[in-house]
Amino acid sequence: MSHTRLLTLILLAAVPVSVLAGCLAGAYPVPWRAVLGILGGGEGYDAKWVTVVVEMRLYRVILAWLVGAGLAMSGAAFQGALRNPLAEPFTLGVSGGAAFGAAVAIGLGWTGAWLVPGMSIVPLCALAGALAALGAALMLGRSAGGASRETLVLAGIVVSAFLSACISLFKAINEESTASIVFWIMGGFQGRGLADVWLYLPWFGLGTLVVWRYSRELDVLSLGDAQAVQLGVAASRVRVLVLAGASLMAGAAVSVCGVVGFVGLAVPHLARLAFGSSSRGLLAWSGLLGGTLLVWSDIVARTILPGGAELPVGVVTALLGGPFFLFLLRKKVGGGA
Amino acid sequence: MIECAGLRAGYGGREVLSGIDLRVGKGEMVGLLGPNGSGKTTLLHVLSGVVRPWAGTARIAGRDAGTVRPRQRARLVAAVPQRAEPVAGMTVRALVLLGRYPYLSVCGGYGAEDRAAADAALADTGMGDLAGRESTTLSGGEFQTALLARALCQGTGILLLDEAAANLDMARKAAMHELLREKNARGLTVVSAVHDLNLAALYCDRLIFLKNGRVMADGPTAAVFTREIVEEVYETRFHVFAHPITGTPQGVVVPGGGGLRGLRGDSGLGRD
Repeated sequence: MSHTRLLTLILLAAVPVSVLAGCLAGAYPVPWRAVLGILGGGEGYDAKWVTVVVEMRLYRVILAWLVGAGLAMSGAAFQGALRNPLAEPFTLGVSGGAAFGAAVAIGLGWTGAWLVPGMSIVPLCALAGALAALGAALMLGRSAGGASRETLVLAGIVVSAFLSACISLFKAINEESTASIVFWIMGGFQGRGLADVWLYLPWFGLGTLVVWRYSRELDVLSLGDAQAVQLGVAASRVRVLVLAGASLMAGAAVSVCGVVGFVGLAVPHLARLAFGSSSRGLLAWSGLLGGTLLVWSDIVARTILPGGAELPVGVVTALLGGPFFLFLLRKKVGGGA
Repeated sequence: MIECAGLRAGYGGREVLSGIDLRVGKGEMVGLLGPNGSGKTTLLHVLSGVVRPWAGTARIAGRDAGTVRPRQRARLVAAVPQRAEPVAGMTVRALVLLGRYPYLSVCGGYGAEDRAAADAALADTGMGDLAGRESTTLSGGEFQTALLARALCQGTGILLLDEAAANLDMARKAAMHELLREKNARGLTVVSAVHDLNLAALYCDRLIFLKNGRVMADGPTAAVFTREIVEEVYETRFHVFAHPITGTPQGVVVPGGGGLRGLRGDSGLGRD
């Protein structure tokens, strides 16, 4: 218990530390005293510094934290609802659907049109793509024999593969928009700001609310559908609701920063390793861990290359992912299960 | 408490129950018997909401088992499943506490009352010492006992068991059934699907034999546990005798009498 409490405290403390680190790091040098002062609301600093720290870094860091937390919680929800350790928005085709939706919008030249304040057409298409991909996976799974977990995961993999082929096709056809499509596939926070935070926040909130509301049902679902039904959970309905909520959260993440892999898959595993498998705790810890992890990945992404060039953050998280799974695998084998 | 009339149900396109009629009253302890694939599990699945009836009715405590809301149903009927896998990272106490899920408010967590119910169920089943153990580290018998504790923790009037004692040693089998009898004496209606005829005969007042999705025999244990009925249901030769202490019927298989052909040759039983 105290072990868990200590780790939770560390994770909570890591949030402000990471935000601060995110506001310090970058190509343009700002003294750390000035950064602290600007973040503390102090007056009289160089206007350029204020712009760099607040406009260019703080909002970006907040967005990275929210996206990381959202992807990790979404992954935890997917893994719980489908009782599959490999399930996550990425493997289930949801991220691919969002990227495809964005690619279609870019390919058709629907960029820059603002439907409602804070909501341009590209992110909207990404969201629609995410939900459509989930819907397709559900329908495919159902036609293959019920919305059970195995068929759904297989259906998701099929949808995912199909969509990545579609994106490649789209890229080949629309050569002039390839660069902006690639952005959606690689993922990154370059040039993201306050508008993107506002764009993501409602979906983050809605998704969090849904998966949190059904966290106790996820515990029961972990026993399998038959037992869940016998304990009073409407298994199929709850699963679809949780998947939809988690997909909105993940799809919206793709719509603001493109596809960022590894976070949704690995962070819930890490959280489970440290904190056990109660769904409510798992969601909270995954969120905290995912947010912090993505902030630091973003810091690496924008500082590791010389001369102010940036790496897509998806590359950093993917580079972290490989060794992590090796560690996980070794730990499982070493555990002698 | 339980009423089925013309009940038909199955999985996918395969019909398993082809017209079940039965009534179980409050406070009865019923053994559900029959060969593999006769429909015991499916019947319990219909009563616990896992499988929807195709036709006919299945009612539990006056409500339609197919349409009653899941949480409502889980307050009326608890079930101990036949096949279940322990969940990694879930302690025995957490597993048993899930039996209180149907009583939770929309967003609330498990409260002191729920914990007390779980502790009582753990104590009843003798699992108190193992409450902190992870469920994956339990033996098969211990895990089944934990599932029984969870079902008791649900606090329902009806308890359905599907081979709940299959992995237990003989002493624990007896102990589990003593506990069930004790609960039964206090008003719990018990329907237990078992393969162990003799165990069922020792602890159940009434036996229901299923075969090919239909009720073949149904009545007080002494009336239906006869050589003729058991041989017809299981299509093998049996010897039935009285338990030397309790006097309840007990049966043993007669070697060499197994299989359809042997019986057909002898007595013409077993038509397909």
